[in-house]
Amino acid sequence: MSTAVPTRARGRRTGGAGRRALGALAVVLALVWVFPIYWMVSSAFLPTNRLRTSEPSFFPVDGTLSNFRRVFSDGTFFDAFRVSLAVTGITLVAAILFAFLAALAVSRFRFRGRKSFIVTILVVQMIPAEGLFISQYRLLDDWGLVNAVLGLTVVYVAAILPFTVWMLRGFVSGVPIELEEAAMCDGLSRTGAFFRITFPLLAPGLVAAGVYGFLQAWNEYTLALVVMTDPEQRTLPLWLQGMVEANKATDWGVIMAGATLISVPVIVFFLLVQKRMSAGLVAGAVKG
Amino acid sequence: MTAPRTTPAPPAPPVSTPAPDVPVEPAPRPVVRARPRPFRARLSPYLLLVPALVPVAVALGWPLLRQFVISFQEYGLAQEFGQPAEWVGFDNYTALLSDPYVWGVIGRSIAFCLVNAALTMVVGVGLAVLLTRVGTAARTVLQVGLLLAWGTPVLATMTVWQWLFDSQYGVINWLLAGPLGAEGMRQHSWIIEPASFYFVATVIVVWMSVPFVVFSVYAGLLQVPDEVMEAAQLDGAGPWQRLRHLQLPMVKPVLMIVGLLQVIWDLRVFTQIYVLQRAGAPTRETHLLGTYIYSLSKEFSMAGAMATIMLVITLGLTVFYIRRMLREDV
Repeated sequence: MSTAVPTRARGRRTGGAGRRALGALAVVLALVWVFPIYWMVSSAFLPTNRLRTSEPSFFPVDGTLSNFRRVFSDGTFFDAFRVSLAVTGITLVAAILFAFLAALAVSRFRFRGRKSFIVTILVVQMIPAEGLFISQYRLLDDWGLVNAVLGLTVVYVAAILPFTVWMLRGFVSGVPIELEEAAMCDGLSRTGAFFRITFPLLAPGLVAAGVYGFLQAWNEYTLALVVMTDPEQRTLPLWLQGMVEANKATDWGVIMAGATLISVPVIVFFLLVQKRMSAGLVAGAVKG
Repeated sequence: MTAPRTTPAPPAPPVSTPAPDVPVEPAPRPVVRARPRPFRARLSPYLLLVPALVPVAVALGWPLLRQFVISFQEYGLAQEFGQPAEWVGFDNYTALLSDPYVWGVIGRSIAFCLVNAALTMVVGVGLAVLLTRVGTAARTVLQVGLLLAWGTPVLATMTVWQWLFDSQYGVINWLLAGPLGAEGMRQHSWIIEPASFYFVATVIVVWMSVPFVVFSVYAGLLQVPDEVMEAAQLDGAGPWQRLRHLQLPMVKPVLMIVGLLQVIWDLRVFTQIYVLQRAGAPTRETHLLGTYIYSLSKEFSMAGAMATIMLVITLGLTVFYIRRMLREDV
């Protein structure tokens, strides 16, 4: 082992300059990824006359809140916000609950059809929703659920479920069954053992699946475009696209204010829980 | 037949050990579980599956089936008003597949999908490896940057990219014409030409897909034990060799699933293309599968046939992956 020390020390030293260069590269790449978001927020604070110039303003010094005031001044933002909130809320509760039960069945029981179910879950994710939306629209139309929160919720739950089951399955398998068995030897029922022992350990997984579902439902555009044709029932992404089409090439400031408004809460939420979510995505991917 | 088991199921198979596909023999039971299995317990896994199966069957399965059936029928205006649809066999498919324009859409979609998925994977894996080789400060900065991009709603992202590429006041044209001196770019419209339309779409799609790949792969790379890496280093393996022969093989399961998802997502790309089209691009020349099917929405049979073709293409592109994953994972 004595040879290890000089080798490693040498590795460090020669790596020093390279490491700094790589660090600089990382920072430059970070700027590339951040710039569009910075630009969105910065433009949102600039008045139109400073956006329509031959020299862009890179810093919103002496900015204005007028773009935001104009977004709030007509009620459509709040209408869309309410619709988005309702759709996302119902979707999330239903999808997480259903997916959790299914994940439980798949990773805690051996039963006939288990493998077919897992294959189905995988294959369903291959189905391009973009090839299905017309058919889904007709289904909802038959039931009078077009332009209805419930209608959009049904297709969202179906869209989110497969991946959520897949993800939670990884988490449930990750909690050793021996823990439950030990609790059962100590006299707990199977259900009791599950809820007292396994369930608390699954909290990160449920949070991860919840955030995944939240982001999917909150940001979804395609199905909303097809199902919510009535301007009164627009979700926030539809509202934003409507605003782009109304103000494009004339008033980017108010568009950027709208984009900032719908993004910032999502980004904050995302940053708070992303660690768990990434862990969940990978757990779902890797664990059997 | 797999014997239905009651109380505790065997522990899930550890990673990388393929679970037996063969019937699970009831293991010798400990004394506590000697009682016969109650019917209720045998039923319970199925009851747990019902809530998940119902919405998927109703909102995905049924539309899929119906669309598939209608793709073999003539479904037009008369049928909207209740006339029974006429069976036309493969007529819709023949009509679509004998149209060179449709082949153009299919070819463009596959090319777009493969280019975008490949670029996303290369850039994503590159950034993930970069994260493992830089100091804490640089790592944090890059992670935060990627997270911000990842967390931003797609529509907001699309909106700001339109503003960046705006022909008159966009910062990209300003940068090219001003500091970089390409005077011709001052009023350049990026989306009017199909080739440059796809370039813009690729930039946007790769930009928004990379963070997911980076974080998944980076999390996988962290699982590679330090001792293994150090041992390899002591044995004289350079950084490139360690990556190629050690790190990448060890994160292969992650690479597989992430790659699979990229291919699926990039083939069905809709929002980015649709929004860019709405921004003033010529739609007919820029359709990919998703937007093309959307444009067929008035012709239900044709849309159904086209969607079925899209499904077949998806399966064709992913069947290799799926078989590998099933062998290794289920």
